[in-house]
Amino acid sequence: MSRVRVLVGTRKGAFLLESDGQRQRWQVHGPFFGGWEIYHLKGSPVDPDRLYASQSSNWFGQIMQRSDDGGRTWYTPGGALETTPDGVPMGQSNLFAYDTSPETGRPLSTHQWYDGTQHPWEFKRVWHLEPSYTDPDTVYAGVEDAALFRSTDGGTTWHELAALREQQGEKWAPGAGGMGLHTILLDPNNPRRIYVAISAAGAFRTDDGGQSWKVITNGLTSNYMPDPTVTIGFCVHRLAMHPQHPDRVFMQLHWNVMRTDNAGELWTNIGAGLPSDFGFPIEVHAHEPETIYVVPIQSDSEHYPPEGKLRVYRSRTGGGDWEPLTNGLPQENCYVNVLRDAMCRDDLDDCGIYFGTTGGQVYVSPDSGNHWHPIVSNLPPVVSVEVQTLS
Amino acid sequence: MTIRVELPFHLRNLAQIRGEVTLDVPGPVVSLRTVLDALEAHYPVLRGTIRDPVTGRRRPLLRFFACREDLSHKPPDDSLPAAVTSGAEPLLIVGAIAGG
Repeated sequence: MSRVRVLVGTRKGAFLLESDGQRQRWQVHGPFFGGWEIYHLKGSPVDPDRLYASQSSNWFGQIMQRSDDGGRTWYTPGGALETTPDGVPMGQSNLFAYDTSPETGRPLSTHQWYDGTQHPWEFKRVWHLEPSYTDPDTVYAGVEDAALFRSTDGGTTWHELAALREQQGEKWAPGAGGMGLHTILLDPNNPRRIYVAISAAGAFRTDDGGQSWKVITNGLTSNYMPDPTVTIGFCVHRLAMHPQHPDRVFMQLHWNVMRTDNAGELWTNIGAGLPSDFGFPIEVHAHEPETIYVVPIQSDSEHYPPEGKLRVYRSRTGGGDWEPLTNGLPQENCYVNVLRDAMCRDDLDDCGIYFGTTGGQVYVSPDSGNHWHPIVSNLPPVVSVEVQTLS
Repeated sequence: MTIRVELPFHLRNLAQIRGEVTLDVPGPVVSLRTVLDALEAHYPVLRGTIRDPVTGRRRPLLRFFACREDLSHKPPDDSLPAAVTSGAEPLLIVGAIAGG
């Protein structure tokens, strides 16, 4: 009997929501790490009991948490009373140091600030965790200020893939939420290929495991930059990819929904027909690679659904032909937002779609978006939602 | 010397500490730096939560108080007040008051 485990990160802790494959009755566990911001939790595809969580606070900084039993217990992988052979206390799991070493690093430049001046590069928090498809001890972390880190020892130590910052890092700028690397897409068939996205810098791809990177923003346009022909500075909100089609990537851009069929060499706009070109998350159906989901938001200045109606939009044709999904969702007086990491799908035969809101609701549709119901309604503001399909 | 340290709620939870911490801190000078070094050596999970793990600077939303004094902006190698180094008074590590 299949079951699902939903991992919810909120502004005030983490929650685990569990159900059988029917996805009608739910058990709610938590809060874990109460009072802390949990930007993201994610499980290993290889070992579903291995979970990673990013716990952070403006007061106390970044803590990495790990569970080896499906979220029942947690620990900081580098925080135990261990010592090195030299007797030096460990506790390195919270250390995200930009790599400026001559061997593998790059000099730490400044980056562009909101007012156009240059600003020092400073680590703030981990936004997104992406465990490897093949090794439960390997996990990637997207951080603010934007960089990509990798751990190969289960989150105990972290090393930056610094070549990414060579891609005009001095021109990267923070979006409203900060300068975070928020999306990491791993190609399940080619571990050397990785896509990442940064707000507000753009999208990038490596084909050699992070030794070199390419800017992939051709076809994107923006009316918030003085020069529309630039390649850097795009406020990419989210990328999504079907694992069987790693050259086809979908994007929710600050304005517009985009797709590429050649691994980012050229993007085309597929947002025609949506009530708004603004939004944050985007997701792909588990079994229909041309079926995608977005949640349009009124505008970049009004972060709530148009007309107060919470609508997920679905395209079964890879964009350009959208239908609103409203059954079970509030259709009046709804002014919540759905953040970029707060939408996901399971892998059950009848694909489930999930999303969480800044109002503290987590919704599920167990039938590809046709019908929705809330799993929980009164959590703290939801930052991220991930789901594990368990057998 | 035995030094008493009071931590904020979230750091006590994180390090699984109940109540006040007592630390043996080597002399002859007991400073903010040597106390925090000893604290982090005993509780490695606290590394980075009070001081930036790269620069070693106090995190901006934390304050250090003792003996009705704000020590947050004192040089980290200055000796702590005698009442702290004698164990009569604790060093208070306090999160800046802010809502949310």
